[in-house]
Amino acid sequence: MNLEIGSPLTVGLILFAVIITGALLITVERRLLGFWQERLGPNRVGWFGSLQVVADMIKIFTKEDWIPPFADRFSFVIAPGIIMSVVLLSFAVIPFAPNIGVIDSNIGVLFVLAMASLGAYSVMLGGLSSDNKYALLGSLRAAAQMVSYEVFMGISLLGVVALAGSFNLREIVEAQADGWYIIPQFIGFVIFLIAGVAESHRLPFDIPEAEQEICAGYHTEYSGMKFGMFFVAEYVGLVLISSLITVLFFGGWLGPTFLPPIIWFAIKAFGFIAFFILMRAAVPRPRYDQLMTYGWLFLLPLSLVNLLVTGVIILSTQ
Amino acid sequence: MIMLFYLAAAIAVIATIAVVLQTNIVHGLLYLILSLLAVAVIFYVLGAPFAAVLEAIVYAGAIMVLFLFVIMMLNLGQHTQNQERTWLTPRGWIVPSIMAAVLLGQLLNVISGIDYEIEPTQVGVMEISALLFGPYVLAVELASILLLAGLVAAYHLAKTK
Amino acid sequence: MIKLIVDTLLSQVRTLWLVFMKLFQKKDTVEYPDQQPYMFPRWRGRIILSRDPDGEERCVACNLCAVACPVDCIALQKGEMEDGRWYPEFFRINFSRCIMCGFCEEACPTNAIQLTPDFEMAEYVRQDMVWEKEDLLINGTGKYHDYNFYRVAGKKIEGKDKGEALNEAAPVDVRSLLP
Repeated sequence: MNLEIGSPLTVGLILFAVIITGALLITVERRLLGFWQERLGPNRVGWFGSLQVVADMIKIFTKEDWIPPFADRFSFVIAPGIIMSVVLLSFAVIPFAPNIGVIDSNIGVLFVLAMASLGAYSVMLGGLSSDNKYALLGSLRAAAQMVSYEVFMGISLLGVVALAGSFNLREIVEAQADGWYIIPQFIGFVIFLIAGVAESHRLPFDIPEAEQEICAGYHTEYSGMKFGMFFVAEYVGLVLISSLITVLFFGGWLGPTFLPPIIWFAIKAFGFIAFFILMRAAVPRPRYDQLMTYGWLFLLPLSLVNLLVTGVIILSTQ
Repeated sequence: MIMLFYLAAAIAVIATIAVVLQTNIVHGLLYLILSLLAVAVIFYVLGAPFAAVLEAIVYAGAIMVLFLFVIMMLNLGQHTQNQERTWLTPRGWIVPSIMAAVLLGQLLNVISGIDYEIEPTQVGVMEISALLFGPYVLAVELASILLLAGLVAAYHLAKTK
Repeated sequence: MIKLIVDTLLSQVRTLWLVFMKLFQKKDTVEYPDQQPYMFPRWRGRIILSRDPDGEERCVACNLCAVACPVDCIALQKGEMEDGRWYPEFFRINFSRCIMCGFCEEACPTNAIQLTPDFEMAEYVRQDMVWEKEDLLINGTGKYHDYNFYRVAGKKIEGKDKGEALNEAAPVDVRSLLP
């Protein structure tokens, strides 16, 4: 195989791998959640439930794709497309291995942040155009949550950027050859982890779609393939956040040489995916005001202090 | 490259006109976001990727989200669209458009004499930072004090007794 | 304040660890169609009609079960044979209504109607949930093996006059009781 950065074959393979992983995660998550709740999870279709995703796909594809007559059709239709394209675009700057990647951008970190902030539109438009009380409440919560947690997400990354001296994700990975940034940037890592969960609104921070309070939040009125887009985009977003943590704090593809780099990347990323699923199984959802208070009064000062201390140490050692 | 610039510029102009003509405020806002993203592409083409991404993060990603946030809470519906439609009668916008056309003519007159060459030079993050914290450090500090004042004021207003 | 933050964080970490360890514990799920659960003999499931030890129908069409049924799912019609036995001409249970309460079994004076531990009664067509007498009747005595109503009851049938049942005194001639 002759893979290089930006060749059509590489791009196609990355796109395929990401979407397939996102779809397979539906089954993997249900299985793992089952195990962590002393259940077995879906194990009927295929070998140990491996074909459950096919059954889910058939179900989602054949459902009626209904647009409510009271909805704002234009916004309603483009909302799921926005999140899917934004999440997939973010993968363009992720370096999977020395020779696998889409582009080698000097502003990789900022590009991911920009795409994450654009992702808020999907949720907000989906809720607003549905013309439904629960959907509106969900998207109000989503807007406030995503705008707030973008701030800490960005600031927590700046410590890594300062240490590596570059916004280029590929250079950040190469700068970690001497030691992963998890050790000097542990606080940054924790804040990024929390902000990442909030940004992809997964449990425990899934208050935009909290089933028990507001039905399904912003996608209450969605069905069929449009719902499927939201659904798969959530899992692709999970893969994205895990890949980002791997790249920024855990040395990306770096690892002992007995395995190829891409395998190291996959192992690390899957570890974080499993950790996110574990969080879903274990941690209860906070109240909306608790989430906001926690973010602005605890995470924001902490991330600023982290950045300040990092800057002081870098300057004093130079 | 130059074709990309003109394409993005055309999208920006058309989207901005659509913002003004659109009666549905949510659609208008979407056009505004499109226009901002087109401007970001222009920045990128002209060799300022940092400015391009900041345009996307700050304007499209944060400020417009807050606009949409406010619109969500205003309970707009068909009646506001009708109101917008009555405001968009020719009698209402004929004078502003004449004035804008005069301004555009002046602008074209001014820039037509100069022969510009678009030569994209890459301006990286380092250069911008060196400028911001070198010659323009006073402006950065003043801006941050202004933001801090705004933050404190917002906190004071939002605090319930 | 610091203690509160540290305690909160540690409790979250402990939660995550405890839930993670569930991965290696025995699962509570019973894989039902492969792994049949033990059904207790007195489980109240599908209703049957039993026969007495001689192989005759036990049901005497007294309608007590139909009266006792809280959801009115039992319907039957009395018939009478030449030898004097009563029997149901039809006996119909609508299982889509039945709530398996067991009141019919308690009401039955002849132990004819009994509930069994079978519960797998799903059907694709709703009409198939209505069971007739041929579907309900079994070739056996059910839970009570020796009970035969006509042997112990005073009802007169062909081949057994009044007073000839088990532990039954001979009928009293009411005219001899005159003062």
